[in-house]
Amino acid sequence: MIDPVKKFSALNDPDLKAAISMRGVWKLFDEVVALKDINLDIQAGEKVVIIGPSGSGKSTALRTINRLEEATIGQIYINGQDIYTKTNDINKMRQNVGMVFQNFNLFPHMSVLTNLTIAPMTLRKINKSEAEDRAMFLLKKVGLIDKAKAYPSMLSGGQQQRVAIARALAMQPSIMLFDEPTSALDPEMIGEVLDVMVKLAEEGMTMVVVTHEMGFARQVADRVIFMDQGAVVEEGLPMQLFDYPQHPRLQQFLKQIL
Amino acid sequence: MIDESKQTANEEKVLIFTEGPAPLNIKEKNRISAWFFSFAFSILTLAGLCIYRPDPYWTIMLFVPDGLLVTFQITLISVSIAVPIGLLTGLGRLSKNPIINSIASVYVEIIRGIPLLMQLFYIYFALGSLLQMSPMVSAVIALSFCYGAYMGEVFRAGILSVSHGQTEAARSLGFNQQQTTFIIVLPQAMRTIIPPIGNECIALLKDTSLVSVIAISDVLRRGREYAASTYEYFETFTVIALVYLIITLLLSKCMSMIEKRLSYYDRSR
Ligand SMILES: Nc1ncnc2c1ncn2[C@@H]1O[C@H](COP(=O)(O)OP(=O)(O)O)[C@@H](O)[C@H]1O
Ligand SMILES: [Mg+2]
Repeated sequence: MIDPVKKFSALNDPDLKAAISMRGVWKLFDEVVALKDINLDIQAGEKVVIIGPSGSGKSTALRTINRLEEATIGQIYINGQDIYTKTNDINKMRQNVGMVFQNFNLFPHMSVLTNLTIAPMTLRKINKSEAEDRAMFLLKKVGLIDKAKAYPSMLSGGQQQRVAIARALAMQPSIMLFDEPTSALDPEMIGEVLDVMVKLAEEGMTMVVVTHEMGFARQVADRVIFMDQGAVVEEGLPMQLFDYPQHPRLQQFLKQIL
Repeated sequence: MIDESKQTANEEKVLIFTEGPAPLNIKEKNRISAWFFSFAFSILTLAGLCIYRPDPYWTIMLFVPDGLLVTFQITLISVSIAVPIGLLTGLGRLSKNPIINSIASVYVEIIRGIPLLMQLFYIYFALGSLLQMSPMVSAVIALSFCYGAYMGEVFRAGILSVSHGQTEAARSLGFNQQQTTFIIVLPQAMRTIIPPIGNECIALLKDTSLVSVIAISDVLRRGREYAASTYEYFETFTVIALVYLIITLLLSKCMSMIEKRLSYYDRSR
């Protein structure tokens, strides 16, 4: 019997120099095929935007990268490390990969400042004053230095999402994943969050962003990936995909969202 | 998937609010006045009886404090054992480890299927005689294990009521399972957990009256002793009932105050 994983990896070795390297990744939820043979290399410093209709597997693709979702088969390497090898501690690997969620998921029982300091203090054993200094620096960066003492429920959606970005950055990750970071926001708050993300991109962060904000994609993305029904259907420069879409499903998708 | 777990949590929560005076909800005006009237009624009745007919009533009042102390003692010890058992049981019931999960589930099923009085008899007469346990120890074991199982369900529902997104955010930062549970999930679950746990404590206090059957001199047994010697059953049991009522009403007031303090991080824009 042929092991499908081995068979694939024999054909195509992962790129160990890439920040993220996925090889033959499939994800099944019972009968639903959420990911269909994903092969992806994202280099350090690269900004990749993933687009696609709802249910096409964008979130699942993102979530397999930090193992919030286990790939059914396939290999995933982060900075050259196999995240499925038992000797590699997944909790350690996750510290290096920040994630921003559609619904912010700030810790409501902690102040904004504590949201930013709790992980570095607990996991990186950084002392309180150092963690707080760094947190204040990040809050300044996202424009919320005056909200350090506030609780998340006192903030607007846009403010909460900016805190969430700062919280992820507080662990000093080398990769940031964003899953529709502006989809839950009122239109007038989308800009403030995108501004923070643009700034982050300019600083050279490796970013994988699921979003339908075409303006952001054009401005920031090195590469856009179009997913449909669990598979990567088309990928290329933003201009290529948006202005000269090849695949009929991409053409149809762009017509719908524009 | 997430919605499903939320649903079960909600159903569970409804089930929990069944016994004892419910901790006061600040929004429910009726309940506050119900509490106030019950409390005023019981205090005034007791005071009135003691003042106008001091002969049996005040004498009875002087007779019960010993028993009251025993009742409190059993309640306090049992609660402080039952709460950790409940926490472990709740975590066990949610564990992905099949062995831990089965142990916790079987424990809950067995305890819930046997009346507390029966458990008390079993531990005191069956196990107690084998292991030479005093009535007090037997009573505390029976009450803690029984209420530990009930509280396990409260903890389980409380933990399930915290949105799965919280766990995901914590795990994505690199917290392991235990850190996520103790730093992120449980502190938030406490708000859901505290009111029904308070109810369980009040129910436990009332259920301590059962221990009077195994020769422990709690309030009820002291009352029975007094009544048996004076034949003043009506007077005695009236006093005992009022004493229980006043204590449980006071406890439910405390619970609602604790609950209020726990909502410090709620929308206060
Ligand atoms: N936890 C889950 N259990 C079952 N099916 C799921 C789960 N998560 C996602 N799916 C399914 O996988 C497919 C891809 O979902 P998702 O990655 O969330 O898509 P997208 O983010 O592109 O909208 C969908 O058909 C969805 O119903
Ligand atoms: Mg999605």
